[in-house]
Amino acid sequence: MMSFMGHQPQSQAVGYTFSQPTNAPNKEHSFYPYTDNGGSTLGITGADFAILAGDTRSVAGYNINSRYAPKVFKIGGDDDTGEGAHIILSVVGFAADGQALKERLDAVVKMYKYQHGKPMSVRACAQRLSTILYQKRFFPYYVHAILAGLDEEGKGALYSYDPVGSYEREQCRAAGSAASLIMPFLDNQVNFKNQYIPSSGDGHALEPKKPEPLPRETVEQLVRDAFTSAVERHIEVGDGLQMMVITQNGIEEIYTPLKKD
Amino acid sequence: MNHYPEVWGRPRDDIYGPYNSSYLQTTGPKTHTQSPAVTGTSVIAVKFNGGVAIAADNLASYGSLARFTDVKRLRVFGDSAVVGFSGDVSDMQYIDRLLESLDIRENYSTHGNMMNAKNLHTYLSKVLYKRRSEFNPLWNHILVAGFDEDKKPFLSSADLLGTTYSAPHLATGFGAHLAIPILRRLFPEEKPLEEISKGEAEAALRECLKVLWYRDARSLDKYSIAVITAEGVEIKEDQVIEAQSWAFAESIRGYGAQVN
Repeated sequence: MMSFMGHQPQSQAVGYTFSQPTNAPNKEHSFYPYTDNGGSTLGITGADFAILAGDTRSVAGYNINSRYAPKVFKIGGDDDTGEGAHIILSVVGFAADGQALKERLDAVVKMYKYQHGKPMSVRACAQRLSTILYQKRFFPYYVHAILAGLDEEGKGALYSYDPVGSYEREQCRAAGSAASLIMPFLDNQVNFKNQYIPSSGDGHALEPKKPEPLPRETVEQLVRDAFTSAVERHIEVGDGLQMMVITQNGIEEIYTPLKKD
Repeated sequence: MNHYPEVWGRPRDDIYGPYNSSYLQTTGPKTHTQSPAVTGTSVIAVKFNGGVAIAADNLASYGSLARFTDVKRLRVFGDSAVVGFSGDVSDMQYIDRLLESLDIRENYSTHGNMMNAKNLHTYLSKVLYKRRSEFNPLWNHILVAGFDEDKKPFLSSADLLGTTYSAPHLATGFGAHLAIPILRRLFPEEKPLEEISKGEAEAALRECLKVLWYRDARSLDKYSIAVITAEGVEIKEDQVIEAQSWAFAESIRGYGAQVN
């Protein structure tokens, strides 16, 4: 009796069946944790201000979820009114991740103030946002974020991010579904790409036009033009334009309707 | 009985025959809750002057089988909020238990249940987002109707991914295709809420449910409708779609056996 227990597999010896590994093929997971809620955002800086703008349409496939779902948020201000904020963030892509990211950054900026007794600088906030995004490197927040504020010298500061936290300070950036439509327009109109000083030379000697900070009125008009054009050619962009202008006097929010078709 | 604890309580092969474990997938990823089983179809809702109306039919389908025909998919929370569930019914019942314990917990606090529909929506959307982030989603798309902290009508949506949005009229599932266009035509978004009466809103929802009953194969002509006003929640759970007219069906050509 004892000897046969020694050689045989335990399950056979006792006459019970244990669960066996099957050679069934691995089933594919059918749950995909992301969706694209469409829309576009855009940020431009000037000498003493920064503008962040986004359309207010939220989509799911060909459906319009809502005609007013903001993508631009005040960070570190009062929960309801946003009062006291000095940084703004726009998120476009997967709206649920965008919401979660915004709430985390908001908490971080508030905690910074409570712990250090001074508001967080835009530079520090920008680095922190990159870290937050990179912490989820292998299950990313599927959003393109743009952060704006005023730097230590009072100049407009704009930082743009990819979903895993690579970031860069820029003069202007378009993100979201219509980024490929808006960005070339911005290259030309803000950074004066492909613009030359007339009759400054022939061929390669032609002198490129130097980019310089634009006045606020010009920038606001550029934003409006960029979005009205994007609305014409992209189905996920439309309904309303939400603009936030940050100056040393605070944050101004402007809403203008866009085409709803 | 023997001295192997792992076999205690298992069926003995000499009595029951070898246990067929082939249906149990023992290797590979977990597959539970990766797709819904028993499901509810559309929930539709609209805001009006002084409140919100919300409706859903009483059907729980198992695939194309109309499995349970008396399932209430509207849940009243507190005294001025209603949650409408579409999607997996067992996940709905789980969320229902969450809400039950939340309600009890709130009622033990000094001031009673102070949670409004907006708070409730935030809570539910965070539950849904957390579960999707764990790759173990609650397979529902919900609408939350009621009031916000300023006593203004509140209506918002949250889905299994944790995506949230709000609008004056919302619908889940098939309703997003069939009911939303009707509601948008009846109550354009530029029309102020003050011009929409409670009666108009309720009638519009009933009309939308009728269209869904005509065209959504997973719908039922028995439904629930809840109207939330400052006076409280008025919920009717055994409604029947009335004044049906299938005359349009005769003119439909090109489907089934008849092709011309």
